[in-house]
Amino acid sequence: MSLQVTDLMVYYRTLAGDVKALDGATFSIADKEIMGLAGESGCGKSTLGNSLIRLDGRMKYIGGKVNLDGAELPIWDNAGMNEFRFREVSVIPQYAMSAMNPTRKIGKMIAELVESRGTQFSEIKDELEKRIDHVGLTQDVVNRYPIELSGGMKQRMVMVISTLFDPSLLIADEITSALDVSTQRAVAETLVSFRDHGYVKSMMVITHDVSILYQIADSILIMYAGKLAEKASTKTIIDQPRHPYTQMLVSSLPEVGVRYADKKLTGIPGSPPSLLVPPTGCRFRARCPLAFAKCVEEPPFVEIEKDHSVACWKVTGPNA
Amino acid sequence: MLSLNRISKTYKTGTFGGKDLVAVRDVSFDINPGEVISLIGESGSGKTTVGKMVLKLIDITKGSITLDGVDVAHKQGAELKTYYRHVQGVFQDPFSSYNPIFKADRVFSLIRSEFFADMPRAEWDAKVDGVLRSVTLEPNQVLNKYPHQLSGGQLQRLLVARALLLDLKILIADEIISMLDASTRIDVLNLLADLKSRGLGILFITHDLSLGNYISEKTVILRRGSVVEMGATDKVFGNPTHPYTRMLISSVPQLHKKWAQIEQELPAPIAGRGGCLFHEAYPLAGRTPDRPIDEPTLARVEDDHYVGCFELDSEKASQVA
Ligand SMILES: Nc1ncnc2c1ncn2[C@@H]1O[C@H](COP(=O)(O)OP(=O)(O)O)[C@@H](O)[C@H]1O
Ligand SMILES: Nc1ncnc2c1ncn2[C@@H]1O[C@H](COP(=O)(O)OP(=O)(O)O)[C@@H](O)[C@H]1O
Ligand code: SF4
Ligand SMILES: [Mg+2]
Ligand SMILES: [Mg+2]
Repeated sequence: MSLQVTDLMVYYRTLAGDVKALDGATFSIADKEIMGLAGESGCGKSTLGNSLIRLDGRMKYIGGKVNLDGAELPIWDNAGMNEFRFREVSVIPQYAMSAMNPTRKIGKMIAELVESRGTQFSEIKDELEKRIDHVGLTQDVVNRYPIELSGGMKQRMVMVISTLFDPSLLIADEITSALDVSTQRAVAETLVSFRDHGYVKSMMVITHDVSILYQIADSILIMYAGKLAEKASTKTIIDQPRHPYTQMLVSSLPEVGVRYADKKLTGIPGSPPSLLVPPTGCRFRARCPLAFAKCVEEPPFVEIEKDHSVACWKVTGPNA
Repeated sequence: MLSLNRISKTYKTGTFGGKDLVAVRDVSFDINPGEVISLIGESGSGKTTVGKMVLKLIDITKGSITLDGVDVAHKQGAELKTYYRHVQGVFQDPFSSYNPIFKADRVFSLIRSEFFADMPRAEWDAKVDGVLRSVTLEPNQVLNKYPHQLSGGQLQRLLVARALLLDLKILIADEIISMLDASTRIDVLNLLADLKSRGLGILFITHDLSLGNYISEKTVILRRGSVVEMGATDKVFGNPTHPYTRMLISSVPQLHKKWAQIEQELPAPIAGRGGCLFHEAYPLAGRTPDRPIDEPTLARVEDDHYVGCFELDSEKASQVA
């Protein structure tokens, strides 16, 4: 077992009160597993991803445990996390491309980064060259400034940098979203190749685009309004989802071959609730066509068959 | 009917406008009433530039645009106003179309003062009520609200509703659902389809092939300002022939087919060549073309299906890609 998250809760402090962005998440990612994390914007995907790396000033650890390869990650302790960050768990944040320091040449930036982690640049130089090759960039990229690279090139460079120490877990947050389709495919396939080459052991790929996950993920975790709705193998989530939210989400996606004239798709009526004062019971209740009396209570996230968990009273039966 | 006749756009760039950037090159297609055309291309391919030329937000460098046979280039004053009664646009980021300090329905009162100053209040209110319902908005849920109190989907629908207040013939929809969540996207798409069935002509600009495929009867694929392939949507997607179109289609993430499989199952490109403008001037070796080589023209490869290249099945075509 690579990553084990248990009942993790992280809120945002705001003047109006706490935003309950991640309100109890329990799941695991196995060695070599690429887990996709999907759900509508604002459901807490980035909060979950970021909380495994760094809690920024406004994020408040409420409770829960994170275990990586048998060691407990002290995620509430910024300094304590230093020995894990980048070496054991690494992130490619949303908007990483624009976050690269524009005044530093890429090679210099990498040297500073690894040296700040107590490693000499010379120790990683060969590996860096190999990986620059691997992602299809030329070696002179280290002499360039980030601004000189195209979006896809930058994204590939960020992937190389964030995995230089072969972390156990890589979190990639919406890294294909701003790219054109052809570049998107290249970047997504590079992620898979990183896993296959052992540059990272397992991965959490965050995206609002479920069809990208169908292409590269082994399993998919669906979140809704700060809670986990369903987790299963990619095939099960796409072909036989059980949670009403997953079902509606997947069936609202147009794909090449589906035409309005032949098959009219439908969306999900309504919008997600505020997480400042989230609704009691099942958070999907107001939009769920199957809601019934029991749904005023919160449904537990339970395993209904091997490697398939769902939080829905309709699926688990009201006695779960 | 709106017709684009070989339109091109060159931007002046560089410090003193000393450099030319050809953003759109020799593009022609028609939008008929009750028809959705999707204009598909990667970022920078010139999609928005085409939309802006139609909306007369920028000048056309070469070529012309006609609405029902009348050239729109020199319309000014009252004529321009009439043009905007018929042709309107909605853009990508719904939030940027609203001023956050005013209520969202101000976009309606601006239309009223511009076009319907004489209409009695009650009649106007009924008209607004009607268009809101036609875009499936509940008037009391969206009127009298500030933009931040509404969702992206609601704001986009308000903009479509605003356009419908006019005697609209053509709607330019530039990436209007890219910012929306998957769950609400499809509703705005269905709304466009509904408007189309009521006779509106729609130019649906998108970088997302699956959205274009879902909604449109005609597809135009743009690459670096030039049309590389266009025609009936089922033909362009069913028999993609230009190498660039084929690359795009095999890169789209699908939901039930892996990339490798999509690539494998792609039908062979249509062989042979039709008579394109270029071939007329340059059918065989020995004659120098009278246009620059980087200017693909369209060859008809089957009914309602055109591909831009010089010699479809030759190496040159793949070099273009
Ligand atoms: N810094 C912040 N302060 C307050 N609320 C926040 C902050 N960042 C995110 N949120 C809220 O937390 C929820 C989850 O956000 P996020 O994790 O970014 O969602 P996602 O990545 O799924 O779009 C949202 O309701 C969002 O508005
Ligand atoms: N106002 C402008 N001045 C100079 N160049 C422009 C301007 N607007 C767009 N361009 C350039 O024209 C090309 C096409 O842009 P655009 O029409 O916005 O493409 P798309 O909408 O397909 O992304 C791009 O190379 C872009 O940088
Ligand atoms: S618990 Fe109830 S409201 Fe929630 S998804 Fe299941 S049926 Fe719908
Ligand atoms: Mg996010
Ligand atoms: Mg654009």
